[in-house]
This record gives sequence, C-alpha cells and structure tokens, in this order.
Amino acid sequence: MANIMIQRDSKGGYQFYLPKRDLEDGIDSMEFDTPEKWGGEIKLSGGGTYYIEPQPAPARLPFSVRAKRIDAAE
Amino acid sequence: MTAMTREETQALIQEVLEVYPEKARKDREKHLAVNDQSVEQSKKCITSNRKSLPGVMTIRGCAYAGSKGVVWGPIKDMIHISHGPVGCGQYSRAGRRNYYVGTTGVNAFGTMNFTSDFQEKDIVFGGDKKLAKLITEIEGLFPLHKGISIQSECPIGLIGDDIEAVSKKAAKELNKPVVPVRCEGFRGVSQSLGHHIANDAIRDWVLGNRDTSAFESTPYDVTIIGDYNIGGDAWATRTILEEMGLRVIAQWSGDGTLAEMENTPKAKLNLLHCYRSMNYISRHMEEKYGIPYMEYNFFGPTKIENSLREIAAFFDDTIKANTEKVIAKYKPMMQAVIDKYKPRLEGKRVMLYVGGLRPRHVIGAYEDLGMEVVGTGYEFGHNDDYDRTIKEMGNATLLYDDVTGLEFEEFVKRVKPDLVGSGIKEKFIFQKMGIPFRQMHSWDYSGPYHSYDGFAIFARDMDMTLNNPCWSQLTPPWKKAA
Ligand code: SF4
Repeated sequence: MANIMIQRDSKGGYQFYLPKRDLEDGIDSMEFDTPEKWGGEIKLSGGGTYYIEPQPAPARLPFSVRAKRIDAAE
Repeated sequence: MTAMTREETQALIQEVLEVYPEKARKDREKHLAVNDQSVEQSKKCITSNRKSLPGVMTIRGCAYAGSKGVVWGPIKDMIHISHGPVGCGQYSRAGRRNYYVGTTGVNAFGTMNFTSDFQEKDIVFGGDKKLAKLITEIEGLFPLHKGISIQSECPIGLIGDDIEAVSKKAAKELNKPVVPVRCEGFRGVSQSLGHHIANDAIRDWVLGNRDTSAFESTPYDVTIIGDYNIGGDAWATRTILEEMGLRVIAQWSGDGTLAEMENTPKAKLNLLHCYRSMNYISRHMEEKYGIPYMEYNFFGPTKIENSLREIAAFFDDTIKANTEKVIAKYKPMMQAVIDKYKPRLEGKRVMLYVGGLRPRHVIGAYEDLGMEVVGTGYEFGHNDDYDRTIKEMGNATLLYDDVTGLEFEEFVKRVKPDLVGSGIKEKFIFQKMGIPFRQMHSWDYSGPYHSYDGFAIFARDMDMTLNNPCWSQLTPPWKKAA
C-alpha cells in the first residue's frame, strides 16, 4: 500500500503522483470513473498498474488516497 | 562546427563511455541520451534520480544542502541551525547569494552561520542537551528572530538524537516555531530529497499556523514559489507582477519571512518557478486549500510574455488588460537589448549543466539572443523534469543526467560549444581549456537574470564573457606557431 495523489493534468485527464518515490505519471485508464463509483484498477502511461478501493468520486482534485501496487513499471 | 546528426551524437556518447569498466558503462549509458522531441516520456530514453556510482566525479550535493542551503536558508527572519559538525554549514555559508533586506544579526540572519559544532563527546553522549542550550543562547542574543529551524547534518541521524523532543520543548518555552528537519546528508541520492524533506517540514510545522487567524485578502493575491532571489531574481519578478496589478503576499523563500509562509494558504494562486524544489508544497496546498499552482518561466522576453498571459488568464479582464500594457511597455526595451547583443551572439552554441529548473528554463533566453543550446543536463532532476525538457531542446542535442567530470569534459572537447554554463566546480577546468564559462547557479556574482530587468543583465553578461578578448590570449607566445 502506498499513498498516492490523483490530479488533473493540463489536458483534463488524470495524473498520478507517488510522493514517496517522487514519481509523476499520466493515467491511461481508470476502471471506474463515475460520481458514485470511482477508482479500481488504474493503468499508468509508464506501464505500472495500481489499485484504488472503489469509492464515491472525490469532490475535488487533487486527492490523496491509499493504493495498492499491482504491477510496477521498473 | 555544424550541428551534429543523431548518429554522430550517439557515436560520441559511445566513445566517451568506452573508458569505463563494463558495469559502469552499462549504468552510465542509461543516463546519457540523444534528444528526440517525438518521445513523450523521458524515461524511455533517459534514467534519472539514481544513486551516483562510487568512483566517478559527481557534481551533486546532499540532502542537507537541499534543505538548509536551498529551501530553508533564505528565510531571513528565522535562524537555521546547522546541527552537527561545523563544516557543513561553514563551507556552504552565504554561497548561494540569496539577497535580502534587513539588518544582519538583528532581524535578518541569512548570511550568518549558526552551528552546534559537534565534538567527539557530543557524538558519544548525544547532542540534545547542547542543542537545547544553543536555542536558549540564540533567544538571548538574537531576540528578534521569528523562529528556529534545526537542519540535521549526517551524525544526527547516525547517533539517533531526538531533535523533535528538543524542538517541541523549546517551542513552548520560546513561544516561537522551532522546526526539526531530518535532512541528514546521507538521505536520498542527491539534494533533491532534501528539498522534499524541507517541504514536508514546512507542511507539518509552518503552513497551518495561521489557518484560523484573520487575513485581509484581495482577489489578486499571488505568491512567488521557488524563487530564491539569487542576485535579486525575486525582486525583479515581483515588480512585474505588481505592475500587472497582482499583490504578492509571499516569496518562497528568497527574501522571504516566516509570516509570509504562514500566510501563503490565503493566496489565490501559487506561481511556481522552481518546480523541482517546491512542487511538493504546491501540490499539498492545491489539495488542502484548493489553491491552484502554475509553473511559469521568467527567463527571456518570449517566455516571460507567454507566462504573463498564462498568469493573467487566471484573473479578470482588468488584469488581462494590464498585462498587455506591461508587455507592450517592455517590448521596445527588450528589442533594444536584443538589437544590441544579438549581432554579437548570434549562432553561438551553449552547453549547460545545472540543477533545479535552469537546464530547461534558460533555453528560451538564449534563443532570444539567437544562441542555441546544444547540450543540457540536471544534477538532480527526475523524470518529470526531463519530460519537460525534451520539448525545449532541439533534436539530436545531448542530454546528460548526473554527468561525471570525465563525461562533461569529453563532451565539451568534442562538441566545442562557444559557452559553457555550469557551477563553480566546473568553471576553472573549462576556462583553462580556453572555453568561455558562466556560472549558472550563482549568476557568476551578477544578476538578477529573472524577468525583464534580468534579461538585459543576462544578455550583457553573456556578451561580456563570450566576446572577452582574453580567450585569444590563452596560448603563451612561445607555444604559438611561428
Ligand atoms: S553529506 Fe553529511 S557531512 Fe557532508 S555536507 Fe551533507 S550533511 Fe554535512
């Protein structure tokens, strides 16, 4: 489990940030992306995969949340 | 020499790498790249933020340097204790040229060195008592200080002192913030982690201090984040923002104060110049207080103009109109600078090796003068820095991360730039090789280089260095061909 931060990028997509390792990356896809259910498996542009417990979408971004690493890029 | 092709640049990298043993070669290879603007993600072509190899000459600093030297040091009304042996603070004292107003030793302490001067017995028996005593002495001798930060040097982490406990107790007694910073030099691979640790310490010990107190705000409150006022940079920036009609309520941290930092959460927009050293706190404020942050670039009129318009886009039409006025006002002045220096500098090629934001931010300023940056690299950049750099650099130019002494020298010998911009450790090597050199950390005792005012000085300095007659006098008469 790691603390991550989800932000909006300049193009309106999601961006991933892992403070512990100072890792900034784009998010290619997020499993659930509706106001009621948000999160699930997220795929990073760099190749990694993380999992956020599905939950109601945050009212505001950026948003810090715990996530599980399923598959790291490096 | 004409521009190199991709193949030539690649061949150059391979040639330079040849002298290394197999293992080192493999590792260093990942840190050197030929720029390709089509690459979206830098990590596909360059590796960064890794531990330097033992045995090579790296140019990096330590976490303590990142925290004390960069982030905390310039906060002028606080006293920053270099906690540990005397050397770390004394040899880096006042080296960064962060200008400030105030009376040194009375209400400002920027260029002074405070240290607990550890001796053998402090290592053996622990230094907490000494630290507590030091804080009491500081309070007696410098009563006008607004707070204290304790910047840990290597031994503190090794002997396991509890500086947090000492800080909490002292803060209560003094009724002023006392901030323990765990920035021991051995943490992380470079000064970069020191920036992060320092940001976290500000977040935990300073930022929320005035959340409940009243503040008379205006809709135009902005802050300057990540400008260390080197040679007066932040002042040059501030005047332009004020001309646009904005109110600058805090400077982080060049010529900054503790109160300004505490009031930052009241701002409407955080303007972030050095992304590398202060993105952490900007992200935090965006999440906690909903203050957006924007990266801007105040080097060279082209970039300044773009940045000013981007900043104005956050505000109403009066600011937008003012901004156009400001741009129009400075345009002829900048044109005069360009007209004067461009003919003398046009077509010259530059290689850079610096830290933080400069390896990419200054490219625009050189281009405004008709010069070309043919190689650049970061001491302690991360992937996100290189992501932002690839687009700024021309195709087939050199990128080098955490370059070693040998690599840098060989690259310069082969690429033959007309100017090298790097730090004091590199300066004399290249000058002795007969290559014009500017220090791009401390602006070579000049500055400011930011903003419109800075550009005029920047252009003059580059000309003064490049076209100095001394470079043709470096060969002694008896070595000259008859
Ligand atoms: S590495 Fe340690 S001993 Fe060296 S300057 Fe940094 S804090 Fe001091």
